[in-house]
Amino acid sequence: MAEVEDVNKPLFAGLSDVSIAEDIPVEGDIAVPLSSRNADDEISTLDEPVKDTILRDLKAVGQKFVHVLYPKKSSALLRDWDLWGPLLLCVTLALMLQGGSADSKDDGGPQFAEVFVIVWFGSIIITLNSKLLGGTISFFQSLCVLGYCILPLTVAMLVCRLVLLGSSGLVSFIIRLVVVSASFGWSTFASTAFLADSQPPNRKALVVYPVFLFYFVIGWMILTFSPSQ
Amino acid sequence: MANSDFLLQFQDFENDADLMGSNAGATRITIDDNNSKPQKQRRAAGTALLEDEDGPLESDDTAELLSGQKKSAPFWTFEYYQTFFDVETHQVKDRIVGSVLPWPGKNFVRHYIRNNPDLYGPFWICATLVFAIGISGNISSFLVHHGQPQYKYVPEFRKVTIAATAIYSYAWLVPLALWGFLMWRNSKVSRMVSYSFLEIVCVYGYSLSIYIPAVVLWIIPSEGLRWCSIVLALCLSGSVLMLTFWPAIRDDHPRVVLAVTVTIVTLHVLLAVGCKLLLLPDWPGQVSAS
Repeated sequence: MAEVEDVNKPLFAGLSDVSIAEDIPVEGDIAVPLSSRNADDEISTLDEPVKDTILRDLKAVGQKFVHVLYPKKSSALLRDWDLWGPLLLCVTLALMLQGGSADSKDDGGPQFAEVFVIVWFGSIIITLNSKLLGGTISFFQSLCVLGYCILPLTVAMLVCRLVLLGSSGLVSFIIRLVVVSASFGWSTFASTAFLADSQPPNRKALVVYPVFLFYFVIGWMILTFSPSQ
Repeated sequence: MANSDFLLQFQDFENDADLMGSNAGATRITIDDNNSKPQKQRRAAGTALLEDEDGPLESDDTAELLSGQKKSAPFWTFEYYQTFFDVETHQVKDRIVGSVLPWPGKNFVRHYIRNNPDLYGPFWICATLVFAIGISGNISSFLVHHGQPQYKYVPEFRKVTIAATAIYSYAWLVPLALWGFLMWRNSKVSRMVSYSFLEIVCVYGYSLSIYIPAVVLWIIPSEGLRWCSIVLALCLSGSVLMLTFWPAIRDDHPRVVLAVTVTIVTLHVLLAVGCKLLLLPDWPGQVSAS
């Protein structure tokens, strides 16, 4: 005990001896620099041209796309979540899946509303599932991750449409199958890279399986898309 | 000391080391001993261990004792629903395997669920089954109609919604009806075994899991194989259901027993056959109108 007091005494003694005013000139204001910067930012974002605002949001969305395409263990996707990217991807996917109309009136490909409902409702259910299983990720973060990881499947949809413009035989089917399978695997891998860490290890498979099912169904819708002649 | 008089006398247990050495098994609950001893100690101590490695069934009254202790959060909080998802991967796997292979000695509820009914299994098995039916129905109709020039391939999305409605209402409304019926009969006939609503939902949900491989086999365009797979799946899951509910209804009036049995089996058959008839093309000669 005596040694502790000896160690403590010089420390405290040293602190009381230092006088800041003589050694370091104190200047500036006492306001916390973070809040002053935010106040400046808010004032300036009102005045900035609309183009700047849109470009900033687009840049954030684009950055997250890059994170999805090269899934590393970064927390950028989780930290600054936004739902613009998922909305954009979902609308694009639904529009591209639109052209598959049918001969008869009651059987057909998925309509715009159906794709929308599947993507958003599916994401919400998977998020609820992961939270009920005790996940530490928040609701909107999970929606954000699941939505952004549809990007490889949207790219596959584009490729499929281009392939279908050329031919629609067995060769094109095999190409489409390979492309859709690869992008399905990529999507699942990317989303589990973000989501699996938030679960205790004995429940990881329980959380990953619904994600797998979700992307499988979307991949199936893309693969079976056939345009009307 | 193995002296029985010593064990019968009141001892004060202030030192843990003495406790471990001398009273080998009087207050400790061990699982390594033969199975009768831990059961007696469990009843005496009033606590129980819900471990999956135990072999024989524990008695019904210990299970009844435990059935009220699980859920304490009010039903409008999130934590209340979290108690229904308190399962781990290996538990879900064991439950699925147990629902596929009915064993006459093992009651599914007692052996696998053990007062921890979950909603994860029923919900996701039903979802998988819905999509499996949609996809395999699609593939099989494509394969059947492949060579015909007038046939235009369409992904039949409406069938998924029909299948979803049918399967989810079967998996949730039939357990509700059965539970209500069993509760009503409970007031007239005292029985040893009674199941909670969630346990019945669990049994029905897991019993649908055998249909998933059966439905995947529908892709192969052979009518005989399709009917075989459906009948086999029906037998397996029907027997799991019957083995589970037999202890609950056997004490009742014979007519009621017969009626309940026939109803359970008929509904199960209706689901299987209905799905097959609705969602698969029955006649290869049909050509869709162009």
